[in-house]
Amino acid sequence: MTDMTPKRPLRPTAAKQKQPSSLAMWLGIADNSFTRQKTVKFGDATAVNSGRLYGIITVAFLLLLWWVAGANGWIKPIYWPSYEAVGTRLTKLWNEGFRNVPLLEHVAISVYRVLAGVFFGALIGIPLGFAMGLSSVAKGLFDPIVEFMRPIPPLALIPLFILWLGIDETAKISLLFLAALFIMIIAARSGVSGVKISKVHAAYSLGASKLQVLKNVILPNALPEIFTGIRTAMGVCWGTVVAAELVAAEKGVGSMIMIAKNFLQTDTVVIGIIIIGIIGYGIEMIMRLLERWLVPWRGKG
Amino acid sequence: MDGADRSGLLVDDVSMVFTLPGGGSVHALKNVTMNLASGELLSVLGPSGCGKTTLLNIIAGFLAPTEGAVFLNGHQVTGPAAERGMVFQQGALFEWLDVRKNISFGPRMMGKSKREWGPKVDHLLEIVGLKDFGDKPVYQLSGGMQQRVALARCLANDPDVILMDEPLGALDALTREKMQGLVLQLWKETGKTIVLITHSVEEALFLGERLIVMAPRPGRIHREYHLPFAEQGLTISPREIKASPEFIEKREEILSMIWEMEEEIMGGATQ
Ligand SMILES: Nc1ncnc2c1ncn2[C@@H]1O[C@H](COP(=O)(O)OP(=O)(O)O)[C@@H](O)[C@H]1O
Ligand SMILES: [Mg+2]
Repeated sequence: MTDMTPKRPLRPTAAKQKQPSSLAMWLGIADNSFTRQKTVKFGDATAVNSGRLYGIITVAFLLLLWWVAGANGWIKPIYWPSYEAVGTRLTKLWNEGFRNVPLLEHVAISVYRVLAGVFFGALIGIPLGFAMGLSSVAKGLFDPIVEFMRPIPPLALIPLFILWLGIDETAKISLLFLAALFIMIIAARSGVSGVKISKVHAAYSLGASKLQVLKNVILPNALPEIFTGIRTAMGVCWGTVVAAELVAAEKGVGSMIMIAKNFLQTDTVVIGIIIIGIIGYGIEMIMRLLERWLVPWRGKG
Repeated sequence: MDGADRSGLLVDDVSMVFTLPGGGSVHALKNVTMNLASGELLSVLGPSGCGKTTLLNIIAGFLAPTEGAVFLNGHQVTGPAAERGMVFQQGALFEWLDVRKNISFGPRMMGKSKREWGPKVDHLLEIVGLKDFGDKPVYQLSGGMQQRVALARCLANDPDVILMDEPLGALDALTREKMQGLVLQLWKETGKTIVLITHSVEEALFLGERLIVMAPRPGRIHREYHLPFAEQGLTISPREIKASPEFIEKREEILSMIWEMEEEIMGGATQ
Protein backbone atom coordinates (compact mmCIF):
# COMPACT_ATOMS: atom_id res chain seq x y z
CA MET A 1 0.00 0.00 0.00
CA THR A 2 2.81 2.38 0.71
CA ASP A 3 3.95 1.77 -2.85
CA MET A 4 0.73 3.29 -4.15
CA THR A 5 1.16 6.73 -2.59
CA PRO A 6 2.52 9.19 -5.12
CA LYS A 7 5.91 10.50 -4.23
CA ARG A 8 6.10 14.11 -3.20
CA PRO A 9 8.92 15.92 -4.92
CA LEU A 10 11.79 16.44 -2.56
CA ARG A 11 11.63 19.90 -1.14
CA PRO A 12 14.88 21.78 -1.16
CA THR A 13 15.94 21.89 2.46
CA ALA A 14 17.64 25.21 2.19
CA ALA A 15 19.43 26.34 5.30
CA LYS A 16 17.09 28.52 7.33
CA GLN A 17 17.66 32.10 6.35
CA LYS A 18 19.61 34.07 8.88
CA GLN A 19 17.74 36.98 10.46
CA PRO A 20 19.46 40.24 9.64
CA SER A 21 20.41 42.26 12.71
CA SER A 22 18.24 45.16 13.75
CA LEU A 23 21.22 47.43 13.12
CA ALA A 24 21.31 46.26 9.52
CA MET A 25 17.62 47.01 9.18
CA TRP A 26 18.00 50.43 10.80
CA LEU A 27 20.79 51.23 8.38
CA GLY A 28 18.63 50.11 5.49
CA ILE A 29 21.06 47.51 4.19
CA ALA A 30 18.55 44.75 5.02
CA ASP A 31 14.80 44.79 4.45
CA ASN A 32 12.35 44.19 7.27
CA SER A 33 10.85 40.73 7.63
CA PHE A 34 7.73 41.64 5.68
CA THR A 35 9.50 43.10 2.69
CA ARG A 36 11.92 40.18 2.62
CA GLN A 37 9.09 37.83 1.72
CA LYS A 38 7.95 39.97 -1.18
CA THR A 39 8.89 38.70 -4.60
CA VAL A 40 7.77 41.86 -6.37
CA LYS A 41 9.82 44.78 -5.12
CA PHE A 42 10.45 46.99 -8.12
CA GLY A 43 7.40 49.25 -8.41
CA ASP A 44 6.27 48.63 -4.84
CA ALA A 45 6.94 51.91 -3.05
CA THR A 46 6.54 50.28 0.37
CA ALA A 47 9.43 47.95 -0.42
CA VAL A 48 11.86 50.88 -0.55
CA ASN A 49 13.58 51.11 2.83
CA SER A 50 15.22 54.10 4.52
CA GLY A 51 18.63 53.57 2.88
CA ARG A 52 20.02 55.28 5.95
CA LEU A 53 23.57 54.02 5.45
CA TYR A 54 23.77 55.82 2.13
CA GLY A 55 22.43 58.96 3.75
CA ILE A 56 25.18 58.78 6.32
CA ILE A 57 27.71 58.26 3.56
CA THR A 58 26.44 61.34 1.69
CA VAL A 59 26.68 63.57 4.75
CA ALA A 60 30.09 62.18 5.72
CA PHE A 61 31.35 62.68 2.20
CA LEU A 62 30.22 66.31 2.08
CA LEU A 63 31.73 67.07 5.49
CA LEU A 64 34.97 65.37 4.47
CA LEU A 65 35.09 67.29 1.21
CA TRP A 66 34.58 70.51 3.14
CA TRP A 67 37.38 69.61 5.50
CA VAL A 68 39.84 68.54 2.78
CA ALA A 69 39.04 71.57 0.67
CA GLY A 70 39.64 73.85 3.64
CA ALA A 71 42.84 72.14 4.77
CA ASN A 72 44.37 72.23 1.28
CA GLY A 73 43.19 75.70 0.42
CA TRP A 74 41.25 74.53 -2.62
CA ILE A 75 38.66 77.25 -2.24
CA LYS A 76 39.28 80.84 -1.26
CA PRO A 77 37.84 81.47 2.26
CA ILE A 78 35.83 84.33 0.84
CA TYR A 79 33.80 81.85 -1.24
CA TRP A 80 33.53 79.12 1.36
CA PRO A 81 35.07 79.14 4.85
CA SER A 82 37.02 76.32 6.44
CA TYR A 83 35.83 74.30 9.43
CA GLU A 84 38.09 76.24 11.75
CA ALA A 85 36.84 79.59 10.52
CA VAL A 86 33.23 78.54 11.04
CA GLY A 87 34.01 77.16 14.50
CA THR A 88 35.85 80.30 15.60
CA ARG A 89 33.15 82.53 14.18
CA LEU A 90 30.40 80.55 15.83
CA THR A 91 32.08 80.85 19.23
CA LYS A 92 32.54 84.55 18.65
CA LEU A 93 28.92 85.03 17.55
CA TRP A 94 27.70 83.05 20.54
CA ASN A 95 29.76 85.08 23.00
CA GLU A 96 29.58 88.53 21.48
CA GLY A 97 26.56 88.40 19.23
CA PHE A 98 26.43 89.95 15.78
CA ARG A 99 26.56 93.72 15.60
CA ASN A 100 25.83 94.01 19.33
CA VAL A 101 22.78 91.76 19.10
CA PRO A 102 23.05 88.28 20.63
CA LEU A 103 22.88 85.46 18.10
CA LEU A 104 19.83 83.96 19.78
CA GLU A 105 18.04 87.28 19.52
CA HIS A 106 18.56 87.30 15.77
CA VAL A 107 17.02 83.86 15.60
CA ALA A 108 14.23 84.67 18.06
CA ILE A 109 13.13 87.80 16.23
CA SER A 110 12.80 85.90 12.95
CA VAL A 111 10.80 83.15 14.64
CA TYR A 112 8.66 85.73 16.39
CA ARG A 113 7.82 87.44 13.09
CA VAL A 114 6.77 84.11 11.58
CA LEU A 115 4.60 83.18 14.55
CA ALA A 116 2.94 86.60 14.59
CA GLY A 117 2.26 86.49 10.86
CA VAL A 118 0.82 82.98 10.97
CA PHE A 119 -1.22 83.80 14.06
CA PHE A 120 -2.94 86.79 12.48
CA GLY A 121 -3.23 85.00 9.16
CA ALA A 122 -5.06 82.13 10.85
CA LEU A 123 -7.15 84.47 12.97
CA ILE A 124 -8.59 86.19 9.90
CA GLY A 125 -8.12 83.45 7.32
CA ILE A 126 -9.97 80.61 9.06
CA PRO A 127 -13.27 82.48 9.54
CA LEU A 128 -13.01 83.85 6.00
CA GLY A 129 -12.37 80.40 4.57
CA PHE A 130 -15.30 79.02 6.56
CA ALA A 131 -17.56 81.78 5.29
CA MET A 132 -16.48 81.08 1.71
CA GLY A 133 -17.17 77.36 2.14
CA LEU A 134 -20.59 77.98 3.67
CA SER A 135 -22.10 80.95 1.87
CA SER A 136 -22.43 81.83 -1.80
CA VAL A 137 -22.25 85.53 -0.95
CA ALA A 138 -18.94 85.21 0.89
CA LYS A 139 -17.62 82.94 -1.83
CA GLY A 140 -18.57 85.42 -4.54
CA LEU A 141 -17.15 88.39 -2.64
CA PHE A 142 -13.74 86.94 -1.86
CA ASP A 143 -13.11 84.35 -4.54
CA PRO A 144 -11.69 86.82 -7.11
CA ILE A 145 -9.25 88.19 -4.54
CA VAL A 146 -8.18 84.77 -3.30
CA GLU A 147 -7.76 83.34 -6.79
CA PHE A 148 -5.81 86.41 -7.87
CA MET A 149 -3.50 86.38 -4.85
CA ARG A 150 -2.98 82.63 -4.81
CA PRO A 151 -0.25 82.44 -7.50
CA ILE A 152 1.60 85.59 -6.40
CA PRO A 153 4.69 84.75 -4.33
CA PRO A 154 4.74 86.88 -1.16
CA LEU A 155 8.24 88.01 -2.04
CA ALA A 156 6.86 89.93 -5.00
CA LEU A 157 4.93 92.09 -2.51
CA ILE A 158 7.99 93.21 -0.56
CA PRO A 159 8.62 96.37 -2.62
CA LEU A 160 5.00 97.43 -2.24
CA PHE A 161 5.08 96.88 1.49
CA ILE A 162 8.27 98.89 1.82
CA LEU A 163 6.60 101.72 -0.09
CA TRP A 164 3.50 101.60 2.07
CA LEU A 165 4.81 100.77 5.49
CA GLY A 166 8.53 101.47 5.39
CA ILE A 167 10.92 98.92 6.78
CA ASP A 168 9.75 98.65 10.33
CA GLU A 169 8.24 95.72 12.15
CA THR A 170 4.70 96.39 10.93
CA ALA A 171 5.79 96.05 7.32
CA LYS A 172 7.37 92.65 7.86
CA ILE A 173 4.59 91.21 9.98
CA SER A 174 1.96 92.52 7.56
CA LEU A 175 3.76 90.80 4.70
CA LEU A 176 3.88 87.51 6.62
CA PHE A 177 0.27 87.95 7.63
CA LEU A 178 -0.69 88.25 3.98
CA ALA A 179 1.40 85.23 3.03
CA ALA A 180 -0.29 83.15 5.74
CA LEU A 181 -3.75 84.61 5.13
CA PHE A 182 -4.36 83.12 1.70
CA ILE A 183 -2.94 79.77 2.66
CA MET A 184 -5.27 79.67 5.67
CA ILE A 185 -8.31 80.81 3.69
CA ILE A 186 -7.79 78.08 1.12
CA ALA A 187 -7.13 75.41 3.76
CA ALA A 188 -10.20 76.30 5.83
CA ARG A 189 -12.39 76.52 2.75
CA SER A 190 -11.34 73.09 1.51
CA GLY A 191 -11.80 71.68 5.02
CA VAL A 192 -15.37 72.92 5.00
CA SER A 193 -16.15 71.77 1.47
CA GLY A 194 -14.67 68.37 2.25
CA VAL A 195 -17.29 67.47 4.84
CA LYS A 196 -19.25 64.36 3.94
CA ILE A 197 -22.88 65.27 3.49
CA SER A 198 -23.97 62.14 5.39
CA LYS A 199 -22.27 63.51 8.53
CA VAL A 200 -24.11 66.80 8.23
CA HIS A 201 -27.38 64.97 7.56
CA ALA A 202 -26.77 62.67 10.53
CA ALA A 203 -26.23 65.66 12.82
CA TYR A 204 -29.41 67.42 11.69
CA SER A 205 -31.36 64.17 12.11
CA LEU A 206 -30.04 63.95 15.64
CA GLY A 207 -31.62 67.30 16.38
CA ALA A 208 -28.64 69.62 15.98
CA SER A 209 -29.20 73.27 15.04
CA LYS A 210 -27.23 75.04 12.30
CA LEU A 211 -24.86 76.54 14.84
CA GLN A 212 -24.38 73.15 16.49
CA VAL A 213 -23.63 71.55 13.12
CA LEU A 214 -21.05 74.26 12.49
CA LYS A 215 -19.39 73.80 15.87
CA ASN A 216 -19.70 70.05 16.29
CA VAL A 217 -19.39 68.72 12.75
CA ILE A 218 -18.00 71.20 10.24
CA LEU A 219 -15.30 72.64 12.49
CA PRO A 220 -13.82 69.35 13.80
CA ASN A 221 -14.13 67.89 10.32
CA ALA A 222 -12.05 70.78 8.92
CA LEU A 223 -9.41 70.74 11.67
CA PRO A 224 -6.98 68.37 9.93
CA GLU A 225 -6.99 70.56 6.82
CA ILE A 226 -6.60 73.68 8.93
CA PHE A 227 -3.61 72.08 10.58
CA THR A 228 -2.03 71.30 7.25
CA GLY A 229 -2.66 74.94 6.34
CA ILE A 230 -0.85 76.15 9.46
CA ARG A 231 2.07 73.86 8.72
CA THR A 232 2.31 75.09 5.13
CA ALA A 233 1.95 78.71 6.27
CA MET A 234 4.78 78.27 8.78
CA GLY A 235 7.05 76.92 6.05
CA VAL A 236 6.20 79.62 3.55
CA CYS A 237 6.48 82.37 6.18
CA TRP A 238 9.84 81.12 7.32
CA GLY A 239 11.13 81.38 3.77
CA THR A 240 9.48 84.76 3.35
CA VAL A 241 10.78 86.26 6.60
CA VAL A 242 14.35 85.45 5.70
CA ALA A 243 13.92 87.02 2.29
CA ALA A 244 12.21 90.08 3.78
CA GLU A 245 15.04 90.49 6.25
CA LEU A 246 17.56 90.23 3.44
CA VAL A 247 15.96 93.28 1.87
CA ALA A 248 15.40 95.44 4.89
CA ALA A 249 16.00 94.74 8.56
CA GLU A 250 18.46 95.36 11.34
CA LYS A 251 17.78 92.19 13.24
CA GLY A 252 16.94 88.64 12.26
CA VAL A 253 18.79 85.78 10.64
CA GLY A 254 18.17 87.12 7.14
CA SER A 255 19.58 90.53 7.95
CA MET A 256 22.54 88.90 9.65
CA ILE A 257 23.44 87.09 6.45
CA MET A 258 23.02 90.17 4.30
CA ILE A 259 25.05 92.45 6.53
CA ALA A 260 27.75 89.79 6.94
CA LYS A 261 27.96 89.55 3.17
CA ASN A 262 28.62 93.27 2.94
CA PHE A 263 31.60 92.76 5.26
CA LEU A 264 32.68 89.68 3.29
CA GLN A 265 32.15 87.55 6.40
CA THR A 266 31.42 84.36 4.48
CA ASP A 267 31.65 82.24 7.65
CA THR A 268 28.80 84.20 9.24
CA VAL A 269 26.79 83.83 6.05
CA VAL A 270 27.25 80.05 6.11
CA ILE A 271 26.36 79.86 9.78
CA GLY A 272 23.20 81.86 9.08
CA ILE A 273 22.23 79.52 6.25
CA ILE A 274 22.71 76.47 8.46
CA ILE A 275 20.60 78.05 11.21
CA ILE A 276 17.82 78.81 8.70
CA GLY A 277 17.84 75.19 7.58
CA ILE A 278 17.78 73.80 11.10
CA ILE A 279 14.97 76.10 12.30
CA GLY A 280 12.88 75.41 9.20
CA TYR A 281 13.29 71.70 9.73
CA GLY A 282 12.52 72.08 13.44
CA ILE A 283 9.29 73.99 12.72
CA GLU A 284 8.14 71.26 10.33
CA MET A 285 8.90 68.51 12.86
CA ILE A 286 7.13 70.29 15.73
CA MET A 287 4.07 70.88 13.58
CA ARG A 288 3.94 67.23 12.57
CA LEU A 289 4.12 66.16 16.20
CA LEU A 290 1.40 68.62 17.18
CA GLU A 291 -0.71 67.36 14.31
CA ARG A 292 -0.43 63.74 15.34
CA TRP A 293 -1.31 64.74 18.88
CA LEU A 294 -4.15 67.18 18.20
CA VAL A 295 -5.92 65.65 15.17
CA PRO A 296 -5.30 61.90 15.46
CA TRP A 297 -8.43 61.22 13.41
CA ARG A 298 -6.92 62.75 10.25
CA GLY A 299 -7.83 60.64 7.23
CA LYS A 300 -9.82 58.15 9.31
CA GLY A 301 -13.30 59.35 8.27
CA MET B 1 -54.82 66.01 2.80
CA ASP B 2 -56.70 62.87 3.67
CA GLY B 3 -54.24 60.96 5.88
CA ALA B 4 -53.03 63.97 7.75
CA ASP B 5 -54.73 63.14 11.01
CA ARG B 6 -53.62 59.56 11.56
CA SER B 7 -50.66 58.29 13.53
CA GLY B 8 -47.77 56.60 11.79
CA LEU B 9 -45.92 57.49 8.61
CA LEU B 10 -47.74 58.49 5.46
CA VAL B 11 -46.05 59.03 2.11
CA ASP B 12 -48.77 60.77 0.15
CA ASP B 13 -48.54 60.64 -3.64
CA VAL B 14 -44.92 61.70 -3.72
CA SER B 15 -43.17 62.44 -7.00
CA MET B 16 -39.64 63.64 -7.50
CA VAL B 17 -38.24 65.03 -10.72
CA PHE B 18 -34.59 66.03 -10.84
CA THR B 19 -33.90 68.66 -13.44
CA LEU B 20 -30.46 68.07 -14.87
CA PRO B 21 -28.06 70.99 -15.38
CA GLY B 22 -27.67 70.26 -19.10
CA GLY B 23 -31.44 70.22 -19.67
CA GLY B 24 -33.55 67.10 -19.42
CA SER B 25 -34.84 65.54 -16.26
CA VAL B 26 -34.90 62.32 -14.25
CA HIS B 27 -38.18 61.07 -12.92
CA ALA B 28 -36.76 59.50 -9.76
CA LEU B 29 -40.13 58.86 -8.09
CA LYS B 30 -43.64 58.81 -9.53
CA ASN B 31 -46.79 58.87 -7.41
CA VAL B 32 -45.42 56.87 -4.53
CA THR B 33 -47.97 56.34 -1.79
CA MET B 34 -47.50 54.23 1.27
CA ASN B 35 -48.62 54.02 4.79
CA LEU B 36 -46.76 52.71 7.76
CA ALA B 37 -48.40 52.11 11.10
CA SER B 38 -46.49 52.86 14.25
CA GLY B 39 -44.14 49.97 15.08
CA GLU B 40 -44.06 48.43 11.62
CA LEU B 41 -40.87 47.32 9.93
CA LEU B 42 -40.84 47.97 6.21
CA SER B 43 -38.07 46.91 3.90
CA VAL B 44 -37.66 48.50 0.49
CA LEU B 45 -36.02 46.61 -2.32
CA GLY B 46 -35.32 47.40 -5.93
CA PRO B 47 -32.67 47.58 -8.64
CA SER B 48 -30.18 50.39 -8.21
CA GLY B 49 -31.36 53.73 -9.51
CA CYS B 50 -35.03 53.04 -8.78
CA GLY B 51 -35.26 55.88 -6.28
CA LYS B 52 -34.85 54.14 -2.92
CA THR B 53 -32.36 56.63 -1.54
CA THR B 54 -34.39 59.52 -2.93
CA LEU B 55 -37.50 58.22 -1.18
CA LEU B 56 -35.67 57.85 2.12
CA ASN B 57 -34.14 61.32 1.80
CA ILE B 58 -37.60 62.75 1.28
CA ILE B 59 -38.94 60.97 4.37
CA ALA B 60 -35.90 62.14 6.34
CA GLY B 61 -36.60 65.68 5.20
CA PHE B 62 -33.32 66.23 3.33
CA LEU B 63 -35.20 66.66 0.04
CA ALA B 64 -38.54 68.29 -0.68
CA PRO B 65 -40.59 66.27 -3.16
CA THR B 66 -41.64 68.05 -6.35
CA GLU B 67 -45.17 66.77 -5.71
CA GLY B 68 -46.99 65.25 -2.76
CA ALA B 69 -45.99 65.27 0.88
CA VAL B 70 -44.87 63.12 3.80
CA PHE B 71 -46.70 63.11 7.12
CA LEU B 72 -45.56 61.72 10.44
CA ASN B 73 -48.21 61.38 13.14
CA GLY B 74 -50.36 63.91 11.36
CA HIS B 75 -47.87 66.70 10.77
CA GLN B 76 -46.10 67.38 7.52
CA VAL B 77 -42.39 66.71 7.18
CA THR B 78 -40.54 69.83 6.03
CA GLY B 79 -36.97 69.14 7.14
CA PRO B 80 -34.78 66.85 9.20
CA ALA B 81 -35.72 66.44 12.86
CA ALA B 82 -34.89 64.25 15.81
CA GLU B 83 -38.20 62.37 15.46
CA ARG B 84 -36.79 60.71 12.32
CA GLY B 85 -33.41 59.06 12.96
CA MET B 86 -31.05 57.99 10.19
CA VAL B 87 -28.61 55.11 9.93
CA PHE B 88 -26.37 55.48 6.88
CA GLN B 89 -24.40 52.83 5.08
CA GLN B 90 -21.09 53.92 6.54
CA GLY B 91 -18.85 56.89 7.13
CA ALA B 92 -21.47 58.94 8.91
CA LEU B 93 -19.97 58.55 12.38
CA PHE B 94 -18.03 61.48 13.81
CA GLU B 95 -14.46 60.22 13.75
CA TRP B 96 -13.19 62.97 16.07
CA LEU B 97 -15.40 61.66 18.90
CA ASP B 98 -15.12 58.44 20.86
CA VAL B 99 -17.87 55.83 20.86
CA ARG B 100 -19.69 57.23 23.88
CA LYS B 101 -19.63 60.80 22.57
CA ASN B 102 -20.95 59.60 19.22
CA ILE B 103 -23.85 57.80 20.85
CA SER B 104 -24.67 60.70 23.16
CA PHE B 105 -24.49 63.24 20.31
CA GLY B 106 -28.26 63.64 19.97
CA PRO B 107 -29.05 64.10 23.67
CA ARG B 108 -26.11 66.48 24.06
CA MET B 109 -27.29 68.62 21.14
CA MET B 110 -30.70 68.84 22.77
CA GLY B 111 -29.07 70.23 25.88
CA LYS B 112 -29.65 67.21 28.08
CA SER B 113 -27.35 66.74 31.04
CA LYS B 114 -24.96 63.85 31.42
CA ARG B 115 -27.08 62.62 34.32
CA GLU B 116 -29.92 62.13 31.86
CA TRP B 117 -28.08 60.48 28.99
CA GLY B 118 -25.30 58.71 30.90
CA PRO B 119 -27.27 55.62 32.00
CA LYS B 120 -29.09 55.42 28.68
CA VAL B 121 -25.84 55.42 26.71
CA ASP B 122 -24.38 52.75 28.99
CA HIS B 123 -27.47 50.65 28.44
CA LEU B 124 -27.23 51.05 24.65
CA LEU B 125 -23.54 50.16 24.70
CA GLU B 126 -24.53 47.00 26.49
CA ILE B 127 -27.31 46.14 24.03
CA VAL B 128 -25.14 46.56 20.94
CA GLY B 129 -22.30 44.65 22.60
CA LEU B 130 -19.80 47.48 22.86
CA LYS B 131 -19.65 47.80 26.64
CA ASP B 132 -15.85 47.83 26.75
CA PHE B 133 -15.44 50.14 23.78
CA GLY B 134 -17.07 53.34 25.07
CA ASP B 135 -13.80 55.25 25.26
CA LYS B 136 -12.37 54.04 21.97
CA PRO B 137 -12.16 56.36 18.99
CA VAL B 138 -14.66 55.08 16.41
CA TYR B 139 -12.03 54.72 13.69
CA GLN B 140 -10.41 51.94 15.67
CA LEU B 141 -13.53 49.78 15.40
CA SER B 142 -14.34 47.25 12.69
CA GLY B 143 -17.05 47.99 10.12
CA GLY B 144 -19.64 45.91 11.96
CA MET B 145 -18.88 47.59 15.27
CA GLN B 146 -19.13 51.00 13.63
CA GLN B 147 -22.60 50.19 12.35
CA ARG B 148 -23.59 49.09 15.84
CA VAL B 149 -22.43 52.50 17.08
CA ALA B 150 -24.53 54.12 14.34
CA LEU B 151 -27.59 52.13 15.49
CA ALA B 152 -26.99 53.06 19.12
CA ARG B 153 -26.47 56.71 18.22
CA CYS B 154 -29.81 56.73 16.48
CA LEU B 155 -31.60 54.97 19.33
CA ALA B 156 -30.12 57.26 21.98
CA ASN B 157 -32.30 59.98 20.56
CA ASP B 158 -35.47 57.91 20.88
CA PRO B 159 -36.84 58.77 17.41
CA ASP B 160 -40.35 57.78 16.30
CA VAL B 161 -39.09 56.43 13.00
CA ILE B 162 -35.72 54.93 12.12
CA LEU B 163 -34.64 55.27 8.49
CA MET B 164 -31.86 53.01 7.27
CA ASP B 165 -30.21 53.30 3.86
CA GLU B 166 -28.41 50.03 3.20
CA PRO B 167 -27.03 50.04 6.73
CA LEU B 168 -25.41 46.63 6.39
CA GLY B 169 -24.39 46.99 2.75
CA ALA B 170 -20.70 47.42 3.42
CA LEU B 171 -20.34 44.49 5.83
CA ASP B 172 -19.05 41.01 5.09
CA ALA B 173 -21.64 38.24 4.85
CA LEU B 174 -21.14 36.80 8.34
CA THR B 175 -21.14 40.11 10.15
CA ARG B 176 -24.16 41.05 8.11
CA GLU B 177 -26.19 38.06 9.32
CA LYS B 178 -25.34 38.83 12.90
CA MET B 179 -26.33 42.45 12.45
CA GLN B 180 -29.65 41.43 10.94
CA GLY B 181 -30.37 39.59 14.17
CA LEU B 182 -29.49 42.71 16.12
CA VAL B 183 -31.78 44.90 14.03
CA LEU B 184 -34.63 42.46 14.59
CA GLN B 185 -33.98 42.33 18.31
CA LEU B 186 -33.83 46.12 18.61
CA TRP B 187 -37.02 46.47 16.62
CA LYS B 188 -38.84 44.12 18.98
CA GLU B 189 -37.42 45.70 22.13
CA THR B 190 -38.00 49.31 21.18
CA GLY B 191 -41.15 48.96 19.08
CA LYS B 192 -39.84 51.56 16.64
CA THR B 193 -41.20 52.15 13.18
CA ILE B 194 -38.41 51.22 10.79
CA VAL B 195 -37.89 51.77 7.07
CA LEU B 196 -34.97 49.74 5.84
CA ILE B 197 -33.53 50.00 2.36
CA THR B 198 -31.47 47.13 1.10
CA HIS B 199 -30.37 45.59 -2.15
CA SER B 200 -30.20 42.13 -0.61
CA VAL B 201 -33.36 40.15 -1.32
CA GLU B 202 -32.63 37.83 1.57
CA GLU B 203 -32.22 40.71 3.99
CA ALA B 204 -35.39 42.40 2.79
CA LEU B 205 -37.36 39.17 3.23
CA PHE B 206 -35.90 38.32 6.59
CA LEU B 207 -36.25 41.74 8.20
CA GLY B 208 -39.35 43.17 6.55
CA GLU B 209 -42.70 42.61 8.12
CA ARG B 210 -43.74 44.37 5.00
CA LEU B 211 -41.72 44.49 1.85
CA ILE B 212 -42.00 46.93 -1.03
CA VAL B 213 -40.36 46.14 -4.34
CA MET B 214 -39.72 49.23 -6.41
CA ALA B 215 -39.33 49.46 -10.17
CA PRO B 216 -37.22 52.03 -12.03
CA ARG B 217 -37.88 54.65 -14.70
CA PRO B 218 -39.82 56.22 -13.23
CA GLY B 219 -39.22 55.00 -9.67
CA ARG B 220 -42.47 53.54 -8.38
CA ILE B 221 -43.89 50.87 -6.13
CA HIS B 222 -44.08 47.64 -8.09
CA ARG B 223 -45.37 45.14 -5.54
CA GLU B 224 -45.95 44.86 -1.86
CA TYR B 225 -45.72 41.81 0.38
CA HIS B 226 -46.69 41.02 3.95
CA LEU B 227 -44.21 38.56 5.37
CA PRO B 228 -44.09 36.29 8.41
CA PHE B 229 -40.30 35.91 8.65
CA ALA B 230 -39.45 38.90 10.82
CA GLU B 231 -41.96 37.76 13.40
CA GLN B 232 -40.59 34.21 13.26
CA GLY B 233 -37.06 35.51 13.53
CA LEU B 234 -37.71 36.49 17.12
CA THR B 235 -38.10 32.84 18.14
CA ILE B 236 -36.68 30.65 15.37
CA SER B 237 -33.03 30.80 14.37
CA PRO B 238 -32.29 32.95 11.32
CA ARG B 239 -30.45 30.13 9.53
CA GLU B 240 -33.46 27.89 9.88
CA ILE B 241 -35.85 30.50 8.55
CA LYS B 242 -33.66 31.31 5.58
CA ALA B 243 -33.48 27.60 4.73
CA SER B 244 -37.23 27.05 4.92
CA PRO B 245 -39.14 26.27 1.67
CA GLU B 246 -41.47 29.28 2.04
CA PHE B 247 -38.51 31.61 2.40
CA ILE B 248 -36.71 30.14 -0.57
CA GLU B 249 -39.81 30.28 -2.71
CA LYS B 250 -40.37 33.97 -1.97
CA ARG B 251 -36.70 34.70 -2.51
CA GLU B 252 -36.68 33.14 -5.95
CA GLU B 253 -39.91 34.87 -6.90
CA ILE B 254 -38.57 38.28 -6.02
CA LEU B 255 -35.16 37.62 -7.50
CA SER B 256 -36.66 36.76 -10.89
CA MET B 257 -38.89 39.82 -10.64
CA ILE B 258 -35.91 42.09 -10.12
CA TRP B 259 -33.95 40.19 -12.71
CA GLU B 260 -36.68 40.94 -15.27
CA MET B 261 -36.57 44.63 -14.39
CA GLU B 262 -32.83 44.69 -14.86
CA GLU B 263 -33.18 43.03 -18.25
CA GLU B 264 -35.77 45.56 -19.25
CA ILE B 265 -33.36 48.35 -18.31
CA MET B 266 -30.57 46.80 -20.32
CA GLY B 267 -32.98 46.70 -23.26
CA GLY B 268 -32.30 43.06 -23.94
CA ALA B 269 -28.58 43.75 -24.15
CA THR B 270 -27.97 40.72 -21.96
CA GLN B 271 -29.10 38.40 -24.81
N1 LIG C 1 -29.29 65.03 -7.00
C1 LIG C 1 -29.67 64.35 -8.09
N2 LIG C 1 -29.66 64.96 -9.30
C2 LIG C 1 -30.04 64.30 -10.42
N3 LIG C 1 -30.43 63.02 -10.44
C3 LIG C 1 -30.47 62.36 -9.28
C4 LIG C 1 -30.07 62.97 -8.04
N4 LIG C 1 -30.18 62.06 -7.04
C5 LIG C 1 -30.63 60.93 -7.64
N5 LIG C 1 -30.79 61.09 -8.97
C6 LIG C 1 -31.30 60.09 -9.93
O1 LIG C 1 -32.49 59.57 -9.43
C7 LIG C 1 -32.56 58.18 -9.63
C8 LIG C 1 -32.77 57.45 -8.32
O2 LIG C 1 -31.61 57.55 -7.54
P1 LIG C 1 -31.48 56.88 -6.10
O3 LIG C 1 -32.62 57.34 -5.27
O4 LIG C 1 -30.12 57.17 -5.57
O5 LIG C 1 -31.64 55.34 -6.43
P2 LIG C 1 -31.30 54.07 -5.53
O6 LIG C 1 -30.98 54.52 -4.15
O7 LIG C 1 -32.50 53.21 -5.63
O8 LIG C 1 -30.13 53.39 -6.18
C9 LIG C 1 -31.29 57.78 -10.35
O9 LIG C 1 -31.54 57.68 -11.71
C10 LIG C 1 -30.35 58.91 -10.05
O10 LIG C 1 -29.44 59.07 -11.09
MG1 LIG D 1 -29.22 54.21 -2.89
